[in-house]
Amino acid sequence: MLRQIEGSQAIAEVVAMCRPEVICAYPITPQTHIVETLSAIVKQGRLKPCEFINVESEFAALSVAIGASAAGARAYTATASQGILFMAEAVYNASGMGLPMVMTVGNRAIGAPINIWNDHSDSMALKDAGWIQLHAETNQEAADLHMQAFRLSEAISLPVMVCLDGFILTHAYERVDLPTQDEVDAFVPPYVPRQVLDPEEPINIGAMVGPDAFMEVRYLAHHRQLEALEYIPLLAEEFRARFARAAGGLFQTYRAQDAETIVVALGSVNGTIKDVVDTLRGEGVRIGSISLCSFRPFPTAALAEALKSARRVITIEKSLANGLEGDVAHDLRLSLHGRTTRLNCVIAGLGGRPITRASLTRVFREAVEDRLPALSFLDLNMEAVNRQLEHERAAPAESILASMYASSSRP
Amino acid sequence: MTGPAPIKFYQTGTLTVGNRLLPVLNQSVQSDPGRSNALNCGHRACQGCGEALGARYALDAAMRATNRKLIVANATGCLEVFSTPYPESSWQVAWLHSLFGNAPAVATGIAAALKVKGKADTRVIAQGGDGGTVDIGFGCLSGMFERNDDVLYICYDNEAYMNTGIQRSSATPPTARTMTTPAIGEEPGNVFGQGKSVPLIAMAHGIPYVATASVADLRDLEHKVEKAMTFHGARYLHLHVPCPLGWGADTAHTIKLARLAIESGLYPIIEAEQGEVVGRRTIRKRVPVEDYLRPQNRFAHLFRPTLDTRRIAEVQAIADRNIRRFGLEGGVQ
Repeated sequence: MLRQIEGSQAIAEVVAMCRPEVICAYPITPQTHIVETLSAIVKQGRLKPCEFINVESEFAALSVAIGASAAGARAYTATASQGILFMAEAVYNASGMGLPMVMTVGNRAIGAPINIWNDHSDSMALKDAGWIQLHAETNQEAADLHMQAFRLSEAISLPVMVCLDGFILTHAYERVDLPTQDEVDAFVPPYVPRQVLDPEEPINIGAMVGPDAFMEVRYLAHHRQLEALEYIPLLAEEFRARFARAAGGLFQTYRAQDAETIVVALGSVNGTIKDVVDTLRGEGVRIGSISLCSFRPFPTAALAEALKSARRVITIEKSLANGLEGDVAHDLRLSLHGRTTRLNCVIAGLGGRPITRASLTRVFREAVEDRLPALSFLDLNMEAVNRQLEHERAAPAESILASMYASSSRP
Repeated sequence: MTGPAPIKFYQTGTLTVGNRLLPVLNQSVQSDPGRSNALNCGHRACQGCGEALGARYALDAAMRATNRKLIVANATGCLEVFSTPYPESSWQVAWLHSLFGNAPAVATGIAAALKVKGKADTRVIAQGGDGGTVDIGFGCLSGMFERNDDVLYICYDNEAYMNTGIQRSSATPPTARTMTTPAIGEEPGNVFGQGKSVPLIAMAHGIPYVATASVADLRDLEHKVEKAMTFHGARYLHLHVPCPLGWGADTAHTIKLARLAIESGLYPIIEAEQGEVVGRRTIRKRVPVEDYLRPQNRFAHLFRPTLDTRRIAEVQAIADRNIRRFGLEGGVQ
C-alpha cells in the first residue's frame, strides 16, 4: 500500500510486521522516531506478543537483545552515533556468539565536537565487529531491507545492521509502498534458533576460549560472512520476485555497463549521484555509479567484476579514517588489486554538510579530466582550515611573547 | 535466622541443625542425593573458594525451587572463568555468559523472551562478582530493578576484583590491601570511603525481595534463594564469599572468616520486602572486628609492625554502626 510517510515510521511499520518479540528502546537522535512509533504499535496491540522494554542505556539495549535472542526470541533495537559506541562491547559480543537480531542505525556523526547530523562515522566505527551491514539508498529500500535483514540474520545466525542516513532518510516524508502483513509473513517465517537456552535441553553459551581454539572461532565467523555474500543476492532476487521491486543485494549498478568512470557510494547520496551521472551522460561522459548495499560482508569479487572495464573509480564517502582515506576506498583497493584503475576518494558530507549536485558535478568532471587528487574533501572551506593552521603555527611564538611581557616590568 | 519452619537445634547453643530432624521439604538441598549439581565438580576454582561454594548452594536451591526450570546469565569474572574453559563446562543448567557489565540486562532479555514464548514458569537468575555488580554492572542492575524485571540477581561479594588479580572494587572494605590499594604510605590499604551498600540501594528501588546471606550459613542461603523464587519481579541477593587468595587467608578458614564477618557486625544479615526490612540475623556471640581482621593478610598492616589501634577502631565503628542500624544486638532470634 502506497503511503506518504516519514522514513522512521515506515521502518517501524515494517519492523512490526516482521513480528519482533522483544524490542529494546533507548532514545538517540535521529533514530528515536523509530522506537517511538514501535512503542505506539505495541501499546495499540497491533504487535502481539511483544515485550517493548525501555532500557537505561544503549549498552543495556543490546544486552537485552542478546539475552532475548539467546532465549529464542526475535529481537530488535535501533541506535545511532554515540549510542552505537556506547554499546560497542555488546555489538562484538552479539556477533561473537552468533546471535541473530536486527538493529537499525540512523547514521549520524560522532563527537567531539558533538553533531547530530548525518555521516557514516558511527556504523563505520563498528564495521569490523562481525555484523552484517546493509545500507539503504531510499526509504523504500530501508523499509524493504528490514524484511530481508530478519531473514538473513536468522538464516546465517549473525546479527544485521540496517544503516540509513539520519535525517536525510529517517526524517524525510516520501512515498513508501508498505507491504501487507500476509506478504511479510510469507517472506519472514517465524524464528527458529540454531541454539537456544532451554532448561529441557540445557546448553552453555559464552565459554572462555583460549589460544587453542580462538583462531578457529574467528575464522568461522569470517566464513559465515562469506556465506552471507552468497545469500544476500539470492534473498534480493526472491524479494524482487515477490514484491516486484529491487531492494538490497550486494550493490546496484546504474548506467555502469560501458562506463569508464564509476562512482561508488553508500546510502542516500546515490540519488544525487545518479542525477549527476544523467547530466554528465547527456554531455557524452561515460560515467555510471554503484550504490553499495552490503558493506559487510564487502563484495570484493563482485565489485572487481563490476568495475573491470572502468578506468577510474570515484568513491563518495561520509566517513574518514583519519590519517588514511575513506573506508570504502580503502576496502575497494582489494577489488582493484593488480589493475591500473585510478581510485579517487572523495570525503563528503561529514556532520551533515550538504552534498550538492553542483559540487558532485565539479569533482566528477575533475576526475574525468584526471585533475582530482587521490584523496579530496568535497566543499572543504580551506580558507577556514588554513586560518586555524596559521593560528596554531603562530601560537608558540605568541606564547613566547606573552611570557616575555609577563616577566618584564610594564612600561 | 527464621526458616520456613521453626528450626530445632541439634545441640543447644550451636548453629548446627540436625538435618535429619527436619521435615523432608525443609532439609538442605545439598543433602538430597538427587540434587542438580548445577555447578558440578571438576571446575578450576581455587581451594577454599567461597564463591564456588555459594554458587553451588544458591543454584541448586533455585533449581529445586523452580523444578529445574532455570536459565542463568553470568557476568564475566572468576565464576565464569573457572567454570567454563572451552570445551569444558561445569554448569549443568542452561547458562549464558555475555559480558562483564551486562548480566542484569541479558537476564532481562531472557525473561522477556520467556514471557513472549509463554514459558514464564522458567525462571531467570543473573549472577556476578562484586566488581560486575556494584561497579561495572551497576547501571544495568539499577535498570533491571527499576523496571522490576522478573530476575533474581545474585552478587557473590568477595570484596575485590579477584579474577584480574585482586584489585580494589567499590565493595573493598576500608584499609584492605589490594594490588591497587597497596599497604604503604600514610594511609595503607583501601581508603575509608562512604561505602556502597548495594542491598540498601536495591531496597531503595522498592523491589519485592532483597536479602544478604553468607557462606557461613548455607542453610539460610538455601532458604533465601528458595524464598526469592516465590516472588516475581526483581530480586537481589548479596552473598558474602571469602576469597582465601585475595584476602590472604588460610584456605581452611573460608567459613570461619565469613562467620566472623557476621559475628563482628561487619556483614549484616538482613532481608527486606518492598524496601522494608522484614528479617535480620542477630549476633549470637559478638566478637571484636580485630578477630575478623587479624587472620587476613590483607589487613596485616593493621597489626604489624605495630598495632594500628586508630584504624582498627574506625573499622570497629563501622561494625557498631551496622549493629545499631540493623538492630543486630541480641542472642538467637
